[in-house]
Amino acid sequence: MRTDDRTARVYWFLLAAPLFLLVVFYLYPLAKVLWLSVTVPTPGLGNFAKLVTSDAIHKIIGTTARLSAITTIISLVLGYVIAYAVLHVRTRHGEWLLFFVLLSFWLSVLVRAFGWLTLLQNRGLVNTLLIDWGVIDTPLPLVRNEFGVVLGMVHYMVPYAALPLYANMKGIDPRLVPAARGLGAGPVEAFLKVYLPMSLPGLISAAILVFVFSLGFYVTPALLGGGKTIMIAEYIAVQITDTLNWGVATMLATSLLLTVFVMLAVMAFFVDLRKVFGVK
Amino acid sequence: MAVAVRLQRVAKQYGDHLAVDDVSLDIEEGRFVTLLGPSGSGKTTLLMMIAGFVQPTAGRIFAGARDITHLAPERREFGMVFQGYALFPNMTVAENIAFALRIRKVDKASVAREVDRMLDTVRLTSLGGRLPRELSGGQQQRVALARALIFHPKVLLLDEPLSALDKKLRGGLQEELRDLHRRLGTTFVFVTHDQDEALSMSDEIVIVNRGRIVQHGLPKILYDCPASHFVADFLGRSNFVDGTIATVTDRSIAYRVGEHRFEQAIAPGAGIDGVSHKVLIGLRPEKIALSMTRPSGAGNHLRAEVRKATYEGADYHVRVATDIGDMQVMVPAWRSLFEPAPGSPVWLSWASDASVILRDDR
Repeated sequence: MRTDDRTARVYWFLLAAPLFLLVVFYLYPLAKVLWLSVTVPTPGLGNFAKLVTSDAIHKIIGTTARLSAITTIISLVLGYVIAYAVLHVRTRHGEWLLFFVLLSFWLSVLVRAFGWLTLLQNRGLVNTLLIDWGVIDTPLPLVRNEFGVVLGMVHYMVPYAALPLYANMKGIDPRLVPAARGLGAGPVEAFLKVYLPMSLPGLISAAILVFVFSLGFYVTPALLGGGKTIMIAEYIAVQITDTLNWGVATMLATSLLLTVFVMLAVMAFFVDLRKVFGVK
Repeated sequence: MAVAVRLQRVAKQYGDHLAVDDVSLDIEEGRFVTLLGPSGSGKTTLLMMIAGFVQPTAGRIFAGARDITHLAPERREFGMVFQGYALFPNMTVAENIAFALRIRKVDKASVAREVDRMLDTVRLTSLGGRLPRELSGGQQQRVALARALIFHPKVLLLDEPLSALDKKLRGGLQEELRDLHRRLGTTFVFVTHDQDEALSMSDEIVIVNRGRIVQHGLPKILYDCPASHFVADFLGRSNFVDGTIATVTDRSIAYRVGEHRFEQAIAPGAGIDGVSHKVLIGLRPEKIALSMTRPSGAGNHLRAEVRKATYEGADYHVRVATDIGDMQVMVPAWRSLFEPAPGSPVWLSWASDASVILRDDR
């Protein structure tokens, strides 16, 4: 008993520091944001009414939802292919592939955005080469538009899609597809009827993760969207730093947070969220 | 007898490694044929080539008269039971069994009827609604069988289907599998590394080692007349005696081991090396008689001393030391007149046709 008490006390002590940091630097500001959203400029739900009435906000939400959805779909497809390849090519090749997927975690999002800019802008590498080879006359609009934003976001999100899928596929018995084929199913049929249903939990996990992350993207759309394609995080930043419209900004931040919570709650019906976030 | 599957000079190479080396084999219709070999011998690769999951690097494979060497597995119409069963975990037992028929677009009513029939066949009548993980190992095994048999394949391929089960359960399922084979008349090609399983279940055994067929025949023939050291050693237990040929007649040879001289019966016309050549003799432990006094009469006799006797229920497994090396003897416990105690002097004796001449492939 005594040792148990002592161990428990040690644990609490170890927890105290992070708990303190969390409360002071995370929960307190968060509470402040929530508070501001219903008190500035006047107390009440006036800010939230703008969600319904403001055309500008409708447009921003539409863009954010659309780009996040497109990013999610493309990332899932690419992530699926990568995860499948990592597991099904020869072991050594698979390990290298996984290494390159993880490598992109080490690159700062800022570096990547600028990298894409140098590649894709009008006088960037891609357009210059294409013009030099005579494929095109005028530069293709590859960046400072939705295409550029989706490209940058997908680049960032693919590992987040690939890893949960990899974890899921690793648990699928590799003999199931041969078993289906032995029973008369062609390769495509065996994949659709056996492998795909088995990897569905992985797909759902990956989709939640990628979509939730995509909603809050800031740097990538800000740089690659060039001020024309604006997603919600950038809009919030503009409201705070340029127009000092704290009420609308905090309202949008609160709405975003609630949306994510609602989505997770809905998803919790279909998958075990503890598994998605690696707690279990 | 018509041939169900024919392998014609089949080989499979992985990089530098020759997994299957120039194998030719005819599997007759309706037979229960076992591919038996140690792990890594190439027996599973052979099976996977018949199933179509592994492409041979040389040779041809036929189903009846049809060349199926390059045919996709799903078009070969062979049933397959995988090691570990590979049941679809997200489908119920009934859905698993129905899979082959659903793929073949059979109408719903017939599928339901056939599934019920298969469930009865494998004695799982009321378990159609369960998920595979809710079943015991033996039950999962039966689901895998039913799933593979529902479309009436001419050939059923089984890859170590019983290896995951405990010994007692395995015995029961071996019998069931034999019984199923008799009732259906399907050709069974069974892969195992378990020699007892092979001996008790098969019509024919094909012994595979290092990618080659070492010997092929009836279980009894393989056991009684192993052709080589490997077969004698792998199938059951055996003593090995290295001798030098002393005399040769057309019915027997005599060979010398140190100061001892033994008789060995041979079949007339057997190709025997001449006098003073080396000969390798295999002698099954249960074909040696053990006695306290020197036996009279013909046959080979050898003085020995008991080293260790292990009581194995039905038999004593006795290790003895002799002038020509250590040997093992099996004595039926009920027939043993004495309890073989370590240190006691005994006599071994065996008839000249109890042992066999082996090809030395050590």
